[in-house]
Amino acid sequence: MNSAAENSSAPLAVETSGLVKSFGHYTALRGIDLQVPTGSTLAVFGPNGAGKTTLIKILASIMRPTSGKILIGGLELKDNAEMVRAKLGLVAHQSYLYGNLSAWENLDFYARMFGVEDRNSRIGEVLDLVSLTGRKHDRLATFSRGMQQRMALARALLHKPSILLLDEPETGLDQQALGAMWDIIRREETLKRTIIFTSHSFERALAVCDDVVILERGKIAFKSQRCTLSLDGLKQKYSECTTVKK
Amino acid sequence: MHDGEEMKFWNSVAAIAWKDILSELRSREIITSVLVFGLLVLLVFNLVFDLSSDLMLIAAPGILWVAFAFSGVLALNRAFIPEKEEHCLEGLMGCPVGREAIYAGKALGSLFFMLLVEAVMLPVFALFFDINVFRPEFLVMTVLATVGFVAVGTIFSALAVNTRAREMVLPILFFPVVSPIIIAAVKASALSLAGQSWSDMTIWLAITIAFDIIYLTVPFLVFPFIVEE
Repeated sequence: MNSAAENSSAPLAVETSGLVKSFGHYTALRGIDLQVPTGSTLAVFGPNGAGKTTLIKILASIMRPTSGKILIGGLELKDNAEMVRAKLGLVAHQSYLYGNLSAWENLDFYARMFGVEDRNSRIGEVLDLVSLTGRKHDRLATFSRGMQQRMALARALLHKPSILLLDEPETGLDQQALGAMWDIIRREETLKRTIIFTSHSFERALAVCDDVVILERGKIAFKSQRCTLSLDGLKQKYSECTTVKK
Repeated sequence: MHDGEEMKFWNSVAAIAWKDILSELRSREIITSVLVFGLLVLLVFNLVFDLSSDLMLIAAPGILWVAFAFSGVLALNRAFIPEKEEHCLEGLMGCPVGREAIYAGKALGSLFFMLLVEAVMLPVFALFFDINVFRPEFLVMTVLATVGFVAVGTIFSALAVNTRAREMVLPILFFPVVSPIIIAAVKASALSLAGQSWSDMTIWLAITIAFDIIYLTVPFLVFPFIVEE
């Protein structure tokens, strides 16, 4: 994990300015300004409906913002969406995998979509990484929630993305599976990967992140570097940010 | 689009179509139900009408295209439902390919299913109605009309999948728009089954090709907005 001091001078992997997303009369994001240095890990907290998932979906370019600017790896997302998507890996609440297809067939499909070179070898590598090589010919529908989440991670890592977006990746996982998931992510850390993840778990997030952001009603209510925060301090800030305006 | 991008586009289209075909081979959700439905429509019409051979040549193309159209709507309804139910559309949208490739891949998969269903239904139709369907004019016209039918149906399927009553919404939106293709197909089929030549079918062939071009072009422009909003 990079230190905050290192990050401050690193080029930005993700930069947003004035990001707004409206659904009819409802505004989910109200002017988000983010700067995420390359190789750093950003944890995004917030209560349900704060806009965390919307933010991740917009960064992943599967949803268009209403207004605002997004630069990913120095490229403007609006004009370079396909090129940017090749740099991104996304793990969301759902696995984005097909229940009727086997683990191998699912990964083979996404490897083709991402233009992964030497597909068979890379699929073997990621299956090994998530410890599912023994189940490679089994259909996804027969996998447990934890195994499906590991497969989702394998799918997201398949094309060696430089930026990993994780939207509450812990949902439905037990403590052991949670630990395993972060181990897998760390195992490929040599790639100097930038990670942005949303979470409700302060303890786990503080253990892995460099920076923290708290979203409340579509706005950044608090932004800080991890090194300046204790667990109790973060919990108190979260409580202040999410209850004062109610 | 230069060569590399074109290659990437067609690789993605093939990957999506192949994924849909593989998934269907496992579940057999579409082909079995659509085929049974289509064959039942033909059977019902066969039992209801007792027509002389001259009248049969006039009515049969209409009966055939009613069967194709209704079974086609069933198949197209399923084009995006598995993506929606398994939340995979977002996974596809996160891939580094244009939205157009997603549309083209889904349309290609649907075209394969529809042609497969038609290939099974045609001999049964020939048997039930005692009509020789194996004429090049008729077969070419059927393929051309099916291409237009699937092209526009896939876009409406993507539109309907986000609505609550998606099974009802698709035919309501789709049939008024696809009717020129169905009318042209019925008219051209009637002529070709009656043994007329290409020259007699020119106008209907031209209409079908014109609508094919429109229905293959417009979705490429509107599909990105449909899936992203």
